[in-house]
Amino acid sequence: MTDQNDGTADVAHEPPTATSTSNEEIQRAGGLDDSEAPAPSTTSSGELATRFADPGLPAHTYRRSDIDPAAAKRREREVAALFGLSTLGTLLFIVAYFAVKPADASPSELIARVGLSTKLLGLGLGLSLFCIGAAAIHWAKTLMPDDEVVGVRKPMRSSDEDRREAIAALKEGAAGAGLGRRKLIRNSMLGALAPLGLLAIIPLRDLGPLPGAKLTGTAWKAGKRLISDPAGHPIKAADVPIGGVVHILPEGIEKMEHRLNEEAKATAILIRLAPEDLTRQRADRKGWDVSGIVAYSKVCTHVGCPVGLYEQQTHHLLCPCHQSTFDVERNCAVIFGPAARPLPQLKLTTDSEGYLVAAQDFDEPVGPSYWERG
Amino acid sequence: MATLEQRAGNAANEIDERFGSANFVKRSARKIFPDHWSFMLGEIALYSFIILLLTGTFLTLWFTPSQGEVVYEGSYVPLHGLTMSEAYASTLRISFDVRGGLIIRQIHHWAALIFAASMFVHASRVFFTGAFRKPRETNWLIGVGLITLTIIEGLLGYSLPDDLLSGTGFRIAEGVLLAIPLVGTYLSFFLFGGEFPGEDLIPRIYTMHVLLLPGIFLALITAHLMLVWYQKHTQYPGPGRTEKNTVGYPFFPVYTAKAGGFFFIVFGVTTLLSAFATINPIWLFGPYTPTQVTAGSQPDFYMGFLEGVLRLFPNWEIQAWGFTLPLNVLIPTLVIPGLLFTSMALYPMIERWVTGDNSEHHVLDRPRNVPTRTGLGVMAITTWLILLAAGANDVIAITFHLSINAITWFFRIAIFVVPPIAYVVTKRICLGLQRRDRDLVLHGRETGRIVRLPNGEMIEVHEPISETERYKLTAHQVPEPIQLEPSTDTNGIPRRRVLASKMRARASRFYFEDRVPPPTPSDTHELESSGHH
Ligand code: HEM
Ligand code: FES
Repeated sequence: MTDQNDGTADVAHEPPTATSTSNEEIQRAGGLDDSEAPAPSTTSSGELATRFADPGLPAHTYRRSDIDPAAAKRREREVAALFGLSTLGTLLFIVAYFAVKPADASPSELIARVGLSTKLLGLGLGLSLFCIGAAAIHWAKTLMPDDEVVGVRKPMRSSDEDRREAIAALKEGAAGAGLGRRKLIRNSMLGALAPLGLLAIIPLRDLGPLPGAKLTGTAWKAGKRLISDPAGHPIKAADVPIGGVVHILPEGIEKMEHRLNEEAKATAILIRLAPEDLTRQRADRKGWDVSGIVAYSKVCTHVGCPVGLYEQQTHHLLCPCHQSTFDVERNCAVIFGPAARPLPQLKLTTDSEGYLVAAQDFDEPVGPSYWERG
Repeated sequence: MATLEQRAGNAANEIDERFGSANFVKRSARKIFPDHWSFMLGEIALYSFIILLLTGTFLTLWFTPSQGEVVYEGSYVPLHGLTMSEAYASTLRISFDVRGGLIIRQIHHWAALIFAASMFVHASRVFFTGAFRKPRETNWLIGVGLITLTIIEGLLGYSLPDDLLSGTGFRIAEGVLLAIPLVGTYLSFFLFGGEFPGEDLIPRIYTMHVLLLPGIFLALITAHLMLVWYQKHTQYPGPGRTEKNTVGYPFFPVYTAKAGGFFFIVFGVTTLLSAFATINPIWLFGPYTPTQVTAGSQPDFYMGFLEGVLRLFPNWEIQAWGFTLPLNVLIPTLVIPGLLFTSMALYPMIERWVTGDNSEHHVLDRPRNVPTRTGLGVMAITTWLILLAAGANDVIAITFHLSINAITWFFRIAIFVVPPIAYVVTKRICLGLQRRDRDLVLHGRETGRIVRLPNGEMIEVHEPISETERYKLTAHQVPEPIQLEPSTDTNGIPRRRVLASKMRARASRFYFEDRVPPPTPSDTHELESSGHH
């Protein structure tokens, strides 16, 4: 790195000792030796200046350790003690590493043992590092020179001469390459360079398949039994008491090829409402329940969190992510929060053995909205 | 036997003969660094980044970036028999089976929080003191870039362990991608390698988290520091400090010792914090499954404001011509943050346009002396804090037994009402402080001593302040608003760009109309001649 604009001190100085340098000398070196001499409060003609004069750097005050060798010696010992403490910290770390082994702990003691190991290792390492830092700073603050030094600062702008020379050099180079004259080369070069970015972007195409219709269907099909999640049992209507809630998935999902992808779309919740709580259901959803048992997609229509919190008294489903609230009495219409659409409903029926099954897949895409959703 | 000095001299000779380094060392060792506690904020950010590199590298030795499924049989018995990703299983292994693994994980996570927090505070310092002014606009831009990347890097990082909490973060990210018009579903399928959650995400974000983004961080941080070195540090106003000098300590040894020592302090404190304060105990959350979520889940704090906008924004969605535009997701997560970060990035240019000030600035502003800027800054921070709090509205509701709906509505109104109030109040406070400074210069400090004048009047004795203090209080400039140029020039020919100059005059009035100019020697002179006190 070339650093023409260097900020080295324009005053070389020895570390101050009470005998070698006086306060005034340092102040003169520091305060006044810069390019801008402080303006006097009154100008020569006797008019009042518009600004107060800069009195220059305040006088340097000495620390005890600068003047009293005994104090300096004490500071030196403190610094050494801190470095020594750091070494102790390192030792503690090493001892703790070999002495406290979580692997030997019984299962019930595991958490306690890992906690102990973490505390001891952290204490050792922390002490070791902190004390090095504390020692260095104590050393710098009490024993290294603490008089402020003044460096010059030149403006960032180059001199006019440098600028002229730089422009001349560029012009000369450009003329040599003939960029202005040889249009054919310039244009074909641009033509070659400009599309290079495509070579980086095109291979990204194979990052994933195209969406196609994948977002519209789920693993629910007509006749698929509802199984409880995570237990995995099929469910009979009679097994669900009024007010009962079961998290559900379609039967056989655990054997599907991309199990988690399928679960992420098919996850649903089943709730049994009392007959009097069903009066406000939409007309076109008549017959979607089985004796008051309704099922809804659990994928929030906001940005997709599982809507898992059911309030018994109000019959509200609440999304824990951003608190969208859906009213189960009204087909999970949004009554609060940032979600814009009701949770899709799963039409239910029972099979020949009396188990709850889906009558069909969801009749709309589940989850967050997207452009092509319609 | 050669003395230490001789041996060092020989080594230095060998090096200089090859690299010609003496010239650089000569200039660098005595380079002056101004000192102030607030200059340590950027250092904290730098050091926590180094801590992240060190601890992150350790974590990579045992972490398995894979969503391949395994059945857990490790030391942590409560999760035995559960199907989980290798990423989660390996994070459990780091926590329980690798000695010192948990402390390294905790240091890594705490360092990430400290990294983000120190950057926010550092940026605020730069803003309120005007350190972003010419010639340092580039470093401001780099800083805005670093903050943006930190939010992304942090999201990627805490998604890696693939626990229930972190998976939820990417579920939300999927919803955000889907909301983008036209290409949303494609972007989402490309990121996840198909449908959510797929099996490609963890390996992909792993590469971004440990290679791509750290590389960019390293490049940006290096550029940032080189500019600080080359343009030299700013300094606070005070006697002896001018636009043409730097007052401080030489790089070697004082600054080296202080800065080097401070690195160890930051590392030590982060380690002690991590030893005693558990963070992200992923074994309590369980492995990720898309069918479950924990209530009251909170992202790391640097994501909080995004969570807040997402929670507050009304549920608007447009459906027309067979297409859906989910404004309820698009605006809070992409449009609003985009606008916030763009205006933050452009602020130095905007202020330069308003002030028409094209000169270099190396002496910092005292925040009170630039009331409008300070007010705007406090307004921005207030907005950020309200959003942060709104992002925890459920936690607030549960802690204080309040209705979540009421709290949400409170924040929806507060976000429009409180920041302007914060602006006005801050500006008033700044002007008040300026007036107090003016009084101090003109009338001195109250001593509490009451004397009785011969005519019986009781007055309090005021003690004049020192020259040094007086200079500090009067060294700044207070610009006057730019006057609107007449719409025709001196020859009566209509000027062009009248609208721009009108806007500029108006903006300038907004900035500088309320002004408390620093007292001048003539002010004190007048006071003295009028026989006051
Ligand atoms: C620059 C800023 C960085 C930030 C803000 C950051 C943030 C995070 C966070 C919040 C986590 C989650 C930790 C947990 O609680 O489990 C994490 C995990 C991880 N990070 Fe970083 N990180 C950064 C840099 C790095 C670097 C440079 C590396 C490697 C060279 C790295 C490697 C890892 C690994 C392997 C994990 C997963 C292991 C685990 O969770 O236990 N990180 N990161
Ligand atoms: S994901 Fe459900 S409210 Fe946001």
